[in-house]
This record gives sequence, structure tokens and C-alpha cells, in this order.
Amino acid sequence: MSDLDTLMKAYGEAGGDKAILENNEIAHLVASGHKILSSNKVEGIEVNAKETLTGISARVIVKEGFKIKNPVHLCFGILHKKGTQKIKMDIKLESNSSAHFIAHCIFPKAEKVRHIMDAVVDIGENAEMRYSETHYHGLYGGIKVVPKSNVRVGKNGRYSTDFTLTSGRVGKLDIDYSVEAEENAVTELTARVFGHANDEINIKERVVLAGKNSRGLIKTRVALEDEAKAEVTGITEGNAEGARGHVDCMEIVKDNAVAKAIPIVNVTNPLAKVTHEAAIGSVDKRQLETLMAHGLTPEDAVDVIVKGILK
Amino acid sequence: MPLIEIKGLTFHAGDKKILDDFSMTIESSEVHALLGTNGTGKSTLAYLIMGCEGYMPSSGEIIFEGKTINTLKIHERSKLGITMAWQEPVRFEGISVRDYLTLKRTDVDPAHYLEMVGLHPELYLHRMVDKSLSGGERKRIELASILALNPKLAILDEPDSGIDMLSTQDIVNVINAFKNNCSSVLLITHREEIVLIADRASHICNGKIVCTGNPEKVAEYYKSRKCLVCDGEVCAYV
Repeated sequence: MSDLDTLMKAYGEAGGDKAILENNEIAHLVASGHKILSSNKVEGIEVNAKETLTGISARVIVKEGFKIKNPVHLCFGILHKKGTQKIKMDIKLESNSSAHFIAHCIFPKAEKVRHIMDAVVDIGENAEMRYSETHYHGLYGGIKVVPKSNVRVGKNGRYSTDFTLTSGRVGKLDIDYSVEAEENAVTELTARVFGHANDEINIKERVVLAGKNSRGLIKTRVALEDEAKAEVTGITEGNAEGARGHVDCMEIVKDNAVAKAIPIVNVTNPLAKVTHEAAIGSVDKRQLETLMAHGLTPEDAVDVIVKGILK
Repeated sequence: MPLIEIKGLTFHAGDKKILDDFSMTIESSEVHALLGTNGTGKSTLAYLIMGCEGYMPSSGEIIFEGKTINTLKIHERSKLGITMAWQEPVRFEGISVRDYLTLKRTDVDPAHYLEMVGLHPELYLHRMVDKSLSGGERKRIELASILALNPKLAILDEPDSGIDMLSTQDIVNVINAFKNNCSSVLLITHREEIVLIADRASHICNGKIVCTGNPEKVAEYYKSRKCLVCDGEVCAYV
């Protein structure tokens, strides 16, 4: 079986639709380790991906005025027990364009694997980008995931990202996202992670509301069990008139897990407003009792609540 | 044999006696209203019947279909057919109304139960049971979820209370739906007009039943605010 077939098999088992790679109307980029296995581009998108000595480097440009109809699929993974995958992404959305990127990161057998993503994103005036990243990890926990991104959202632009790692062991996760929003720009960062065993989760997300009337939301949902640890830092800076930001962090802790939330709010303009809320604790007693009154066992009730917040 | 019999129940919260040798019965398919002012022990009784954490009576028995259930957990009582709609239903992130209504019974049509509480299924089934719902919407959805369970005993803790409260007619409709399902209802309220929906009513004051009987008479008695237990001191305070 070829590497592509093996990766696609794992992708299919993780719930992905393999048919997307055969559809010429859907742009995609598939890489295993440092090897590009498949790519396709559609009208309005330039994809320039190459294998380098240290990993994969890809430059994606969504051309001015193009609204890309189908999501662009990115599929990265390492199928072996050991290995490193370094990906450097440079994404540019030219003015008045829009695109939705769906990234699948698949590491089913990882015992000693590193996945490093370093992205620079530039969203032009009136452009809109959605980025959804879902990880499928195996049960061993021997993986380190280091996603880093620097994003600029131009005037009237919109940027939303949704990071999900709720399947399999997390291993070590070290997210570092930073977004700067210009005038009237809107940005929304969401992360959902479920840590087990001795997983270590570190999430740092920063939104700088630099432009007048810019908007920002950082939403983090973490569930932890066993001996897992998490530290979530949500930073929002309100530096312009009419800027509005909110940091919303919720962590549910079971067993001997340890959670920490650090919301940082920094306002330098008196006409800006930034709020935050953080809740850490075990499952809410009233929620639990309500579900038990509906006939669910305590275990099933906790499962429903945790799945809900990670949904 | 009554569906549920509360026999000599006493419950303390710290040093304060909330229920004092409290007794009452609810028959099968009966709607029994429990009327009382704030702080008289109505909700405490509901938590005790449901088996909520921290609500263990210091004496007395809760007998359901002839069996004492004092030591059973909430879900075990639910399995017997007891369920409850809290006065202020909690919100759940990431759970849709459709999923909430079919949590335990996947064979029911959630749309049917939404219609029974006056909500349009197409507008609500896909929505989340979270803070995006108003208080009244959340209450209706809770009642729909209780109806969908088809319980033997539904405890409704002040369905008429709150900022976004349901109208008397809304509650009549819900009670009729329970009646049609042959469910018994313990209807907790402090509004006398709601009591008239019931088959029987009891007036509670200071953790004791003051009187039980015809709902109209109990409501009249309640309105007078001069009960034998407190001589009007507690009942007069609304």
C-alpha cells in the first residue's frame, strides 16, 4: 500500500471523506512526514508547496475577489511510530476573497513524534478566512504538537479558527496563536482539547484589537482526566476606540488532573472594552443531577457534559 | 396504595429544621399541588424525593410503589419513574434541544414534545440548551424533556416562577399533557390560581402540611394567610 493510501485509510478511519481527494473542484494538500503525497488547486487559489530539508513549506494565495466555494482540505500526518513533521505555511487572502480551510492532522501510531506547524496568515481588506484543524491521535501519547501562528486581519476582514483535539491521547500540546485585528476586523479563536493520562496542554492565544471597532473572542474548552495538566492563557488587548474583546475559558477537571487558566486583559484605549470569564472545576453538580433525573447514570451524565463542552 | 407516600419526613439544613415530621401522599395519575410561601420547604421536599446530593432525611420514609427509596441515587429513582423539573433549569453547552429530548429515550419524537409545550420544532430542535435560550424557553424545553420521559411521577418545582415565567394557560396545557400520559404530578407553586389545575392540593408552612384537600378550599385557606402552624407569621410573608 502506498503512503498516500495508508494516510487516506487512517483519514477514513478517523471519519474523513476520502472522496474529496478525487474531486477536482476541491483544493487539497496531503503530506506524510516531509513528503508531499498529493495536491490539487482550484481557480482562485495558488498553492506552492515544496519539500525542504527540514520539512514542508507551503505558500497559499487566495486571489483578490475569489470566494472559494468548497473548503480547502489540508491533510498532514505521520504514520510511523517515530518521526518529525515541520510545516511552514504562508497563507494570504487577498482583498475581498474568502476561503475555508479544513486541516486534518493524523498520527495514529505516534510513540515519539513531533508535529510542528508554523503559520503566517495575512487576511486582506474585506477578506474572510475560516480555519478548522482537527487532530486524530493514537492511544500512546508519544506525540508533541506545536502549532504556532501569526495572523493579521485587515480592515473589515474576518478570521475564525477552531482547533479540536478530542480523539486519542493529546501527548504534549503547545499552542501559540497571535492575531492582530485592524479596523472593523473580527476574529474568533476556539480551541477544544480533551487530555488524558499524563498529557500536557499549554494553550496561549493572543488577540490584539488594534483597529477601531475591531472585535475579538477567545474561547477555550478543555476537559482533563487522570493525571493530565493544562494551562490556558488568553490575552486580549484593546488598543482602539470601539474595540470589543472577550476571553472565555472553561476547564472541567476529573481525577487528579490539574488545570490553570490565565486570562489577561490589557486595555490602552478608554473607549475599548474587554471582558473575561474563566471557570475551572469538576462537572457542575446541578447539570449532573439534572441528567441523572433524566435517567442517566453518573458516568454517562459526565460523559454527556464533557462531550457537550468539547463539541 | 398511593404511588408515593412521604411518612414523617424530617430534614435539617444545619441547625434549621426545614421539614418537620412531614407526611403526604400522591395517588397514581393524580396532580397534587403543593402550595406555600417562600422558604416553607417546598423545594427541599422536591430534592428529597428526587434524592439530590446533601438531601438525606434525618428521619422518615419516602415510599414509592410500596418500596422505601430513601437510599437510592437520583438515577435509580429516575429508573423507577420519578423525575423532576427544577425551578431554574441549568444550561448545557454543546447539547442540542433534539439531543436533550432524546437523552434517555431515543424512540420518541422530540418535535411532538416541543409542540406540547408551545414551541415550534423547526425553530428549536437544532438550537443548543445553553444561555442563548431565554428563561421561559429553557423552562418549556425542560418540561418537554420531562414529558418525553413519560414518568410515573413528575415533580414540577415552580414552573410558574421566574422573570420569563409561563402563563397559567401554558401550565394547564403541560399538566393536561401529563394527565393524558397517566403521569402523577407534584406541582409546587406559590400562586393560588395554579393550584386550581390540580386534583388535590396541600398547603405547607414551616415544613408541615397545614391542610390537604379540594384545591379551591386550600387556595382560599392559603389566601387568608392565617394558618394554624404559624398563625400568619410565615404565611403572611410572600
